[in-house]
Amino acid sequence: MLNRRRFLMSTAAAGAAGLVASHLSPAFAEGAPQIQIFVPAAPGGGWDQTGRTIDQVLRSEKLISGSQITNVGGAGGTVGLPQFISQWNGKGNTLMVAGMVMVGAIIANKSANNLTEVTPIARLTGEFEALVVPADSPFKTAADFVAALKADPTKVPVAGGSAGGSDHILFGLIAKTVGVPATNLSYVPFAGGGEALSALLGNQVAAGISGFGEFSEQIKAGALRLLAISADKRQDGIDAPTMREAGIDVELFNWRGVFAPPGVSDADKAAMVTMIETMAKSDAWATECKNRNWTPILLTGDDYAKFLTEDTARITAILKDLGLA
Amino acid sequence: METLGHLAHGFSVAFTPVNLMWCLLGTTLGTAIGVLPGLGPALTIALLLPITYQVAPEASFILFAGIYYGAMYGGSTTSILLNTPGESATIVTALEGNRMARSGRGGAALATSAIGSFVAGTIGTMGVAFLAPVVVKFALAFGPAEYFSLMVLAFITVSAVLGSSSVRGLTSLFAGFVIGMIGVDLQTGQPRFTFGTNELLDGVDVIIAAVGLFAVGETLYMASRRYAGKDEIVPLKGSLYMTAAEWGRSWKPWLRGAAIGFPIGAMPAGGAEIPTFLSYAIEKKLSKHKEEFGTVGAIEGVAGPEAANNASAAGVLVPMLTLGLPTSATAAIMLSAFQSYGINPGPLLLTTQGDLVWGLIASLFIANVILVILNLPLIGLWVRLLKIPAPQLYAGILVFATVGTYGISQSPIDLVILYLLGAAGFLMRRFDFPTAPVIIGMILGPLAETQFRRAMTISNGDWSVFYTHKLSLTLLTLAFIGLAGPHIWAFIEHRRRRGPEHVPGDA
Repeated sequence: MLNRRRFLMSTAAAGAAGLVASHLSPAFAEGAPQIQIFVPAAPGGGWDQTGRTIDQVLRSEKLISGSQITNVGGAGGTVGLPQFISQWNGKGNTLMVAGMVMVGAIIANKSANNLTEVTPIARLTGEFEALVVPADSPFKTAADFVAALKADPTKVPVAGGSAGGSDHILFGLIAKTVGVPATNLSYVPFAGGGEALSALLGNQVAAGISGFGEFSEQIKAGALRLLAISADKRQDGIDAPTMREAGIDVELFNWRGVFAPPGVSDADKAAMVTMIETMAKSDAWATECKNRNWTPILLTGDDYAKFLTEDTARITAILKDLGLA
Repeated sequence: METLGHLAHGFSVAFTPVNLMWCLLGTTLGTAIGVLPGLGPALTIALLLPITYQVAPEASFILFAGIYYGAMYGGSTTSILLNTPGESATIVTALEGNRMARSGRGGAALATSAIGSFVAGTIGTMGVAFLAPVVVKFALAFGPAEYFSLMVLAFITVSAVLGSSSVRGLTSLFAGFVIGMIGVDLQTGQPRFTFGTNELLDGVDVIIAAVGLFAVGETLYMASRRYAGKDEIVPLKGSLYMTAAEWGRSWKPWLRGAAIGFPIGAMPAGGAEIPTFLSYAIEKKLSKHKEEFGTVGAIEGVAGPEAANNASAAGVLVPMLTLGLPTSATAAIMLSAFQSYGINPGPLLLTTQGDLVWGLIASLFIANVILVILNLPLIGLWVRLLKIPAPQLYAGILVFATVGTYGISQSPIDLVILYLLGAAGFLMRRFDFPTAPVIIGMILGPLAETQFRRAMTISNGDWSVFYTHKLSLTLLTLAFIGLAGPHIWAFIEHRRRRGPEHVPGDA
């Protein structure tokens, strides 16, 4: 009897959540397709936000009538990927959100499946990375940092995200271009941006590498000094050189994109590419990107496939140098 | 006094009927998800993120804060009544709370946890309002070396739950280390003990382990003893709420719990579990009723940890609101909600978004009041749960544990782990090994390892960081006193009393 009460309570909770959700789904244009969005990560993270923003913009642009979002989280996406490949094979109107992190995770986890097995639709956004130091650090410029790194890499502990992730990869690339052996680096991985930030603010480490958005507010407040960014060109409103300008020949975007399942027909693929292209050119998408510090770096279809091959090769090489692959 | 003005303004934001409605909705929803194992506040808020497209920022943050605080209240209910912790921060509550529930004091355990949560939550929220800038400075002084020393201090808490035999207790602890090590190693990115299974790369969820060892193990044990007639549950003995004596035994643990929980919660890598362990160990040490620990259940062992976990929940908001640092999964998701409004959470948040922040803090005070009003009358209802005949009750617990576990990540592998650990829990119970050290090992082992290796990476292999940093040395000294102090004391006592007999020729 009290189990029933508990049951009622949980349905009430689910009901309340459902109520809010249905309230948020007003009626949409007739005839537009219903799509499935597969997010190989838990709700709340970067891929999930990308998936939910895609859903939001596609609906407000009346490109779809609605969507169903499925989250299968774990291990940088390598738990979700095999499921997407086996269970969603050949289904049109189905998109998986993934990105550079998954490329790294597939290599590092020696995953049985990889991204060549799914159908690339579009690269949507990227986040360039920032090299920062605490405000009272002796490093004033990126050149100071590189000089110290060359002198003795073990004395320059650098904080960032998880081992083998985009931050670690960028640190490896920097070391490689300036001629420091990757195996000597002192990289201090943290599980989340917050922890890495606090290590920087508490002067526990010499420098930090992470997505620009993680550091932007601290830079604005003067708690951190920005030495360089990994973007291809200078960014409006950011007072720092690119890595290239600072003499480190590296460019890196932590990119995110969408994929269709394996075995979709050419017509289905073309329809999805058109839909995503239309979405990416809308004002609503531009606004979302601006709010979330995402740089739009649209690349579709075959160009995307080509980019994917090159990036995978680059990441594989650097992870080998770092001893992770 | 400027703070009081801001706070008053915050209350004027939070006290509008619409915002009160959001607060009530949030606290109710939070209590419900806290009760369910698996559904945590982080996941719930993530699923409700689309609401940010529709309502004003104040409203959605008041809703989210209500869910966050509510979950902390709700999590203790199932820990106490069913030995099935809903949140990792309420695992310790199950130790004494469930003993109390079995001996007819479930109502008192629930009451002390609700009122303790209120007291500590209010103290913690006051800390957020008045002490945030000071506390955050202290919290940032904690580097990997200090965290490692804090873990060492936390390890002495294991001695409080070892049970009758240290060898058995330590065996359990080391089993916990091994389970905690499963998954990708954060420092090197290499998988450990995953046997090629993708699902194990993220490790074993500590909630699943606690539910498996405590609830499933217990159920299997009860089933095996069905006709032995032992371990009968007494639904209610004496008054439903706390007696005067129980009030007297609760208030100090509440205050101590709040004092431990708030600063540790404010530390970027502090978390909610460590303060509950520390509080439990301290209460056991200070209690005048040590014989009740692990037998009929000691109320101090519920009051302290419950207060600690609510105060730490408030502490987590300190780095989030003052620096924009997300230090827990829930805080990270709340920060991403800021971003959907185009608000960049950071050190300037308090100046640029004063209305929002003070409205949020005011609504936390209100949420605390609503929660205690909501939870106290429910106690009478919850306690009746124990009147269900044992076979049905335990069957219900099993269903509840299974559904909750599946809810965490919809992974069938998790169910396999749940039942394997359930079987292990049964065997441990049967052969008299304590299960709590397994959980402590699972939580503290990997944390201590990570912080130790980080400290060594940063210092380039120089061990001296642990004793040249003042904070670290202080913590290690405290740990040493905690561990060796009682033995040294006993030795001195022994010498003083028996000394003369051992010295020939004297006297």
